Amino acid sequence: MVPVTYYIALSAVLFTLGALGVLIRRNALIIFMSVELMLNAGNLAFVAFTRFYEVLNGQIFVFFVMTVAAAEVAVGLALIVAIFRTKHSIDVDQMSSLKG
Amino acid sequence: MSVDLILFLVLALVAVATALGMLLSRNSIYSALFLVLNFATVAVFYLLLGAPFIALSQVSVYAGAIMVLFLFVIMLLGAERLPDPKVLPWQQPLAVILALILVAETTYLLFVRKVAAGVINRPLEAFGSPQAIGTTLFNEYMLPFEVTSILLLVAMVGAIVLTKKEKGEQD
Repeated sequence: MVPVTYYIALSAVLFTLGALGVLIRRNALIIFMSVELMLNAGNLAFVAFTRFYEVLNGQIFVFFVMTVAAAEVAVGLALIVAIFRTKHSIDVDQMSSLKG
Repeated sequence: MSVDLILFLVLALVAVATALGMLLSRNSIYSALFLVLNFATVAVFYLLLGAPFIALSQVSVYAGAIMVLFLFVIMLLGAERLPDPKVLPWQQPLAVILALILVAETTYLLFVRKVAAGVINRPLEAFGSPQAIGTTLFNEYMLPFEVTSILLLVAMVGAIVLTKKEKGEQD
């Protein structure tokens, strides 16, 4: 069987790629997708440890993380649509003023 | 090398490649589709780890609902191909260096200090089955489950209020 370390390492690599995406891309949609990737990497670590320690609570936490991700995406995309309506851009460098 | 290890390595390669593809695509639609493939790969990992319920939730919630919402918004805004202007030229190299530092630290912790070492045993019978998940969720985690429904309600109200046009607003 596969050592649990490999799963955690993969999870760390995916998380890092997500963090990199947040840092180097300026498109708000891509930044959101990178955040999803990071949440997913966290979920993978949760499930790997659940399997390793053979307690079910980690999988329940993954379930809750998924719910939070769904809520976050709904509100975040609504914000992006609202910003696009006023600024006609979703470049995060353009979102520098407090007034709409 | 066992079959499991080969399967893991191939899937890990696909997961990292699709994550990179998501990061580097100029077109947002391609990014979204790469991310769908990444979520599907992670769902297979969940199956390998004995979590069929989580794997199916992953496919239906992440790869299904969330990514459809993303694609819908990308097409709604017509934001497939937006230029990525470089305002801060030093930011990208710095981000890559910081990411490499993070990977190096994790590698050190996992493979030198061995903070999470050990081999996963054979799958237990009915471990992570929908029945076991349901029993735990509705007994031990009843209150968080109810709070989740309020969270989803608030998110729904928030999304509607944010995208609603003001009275008399022209657009």
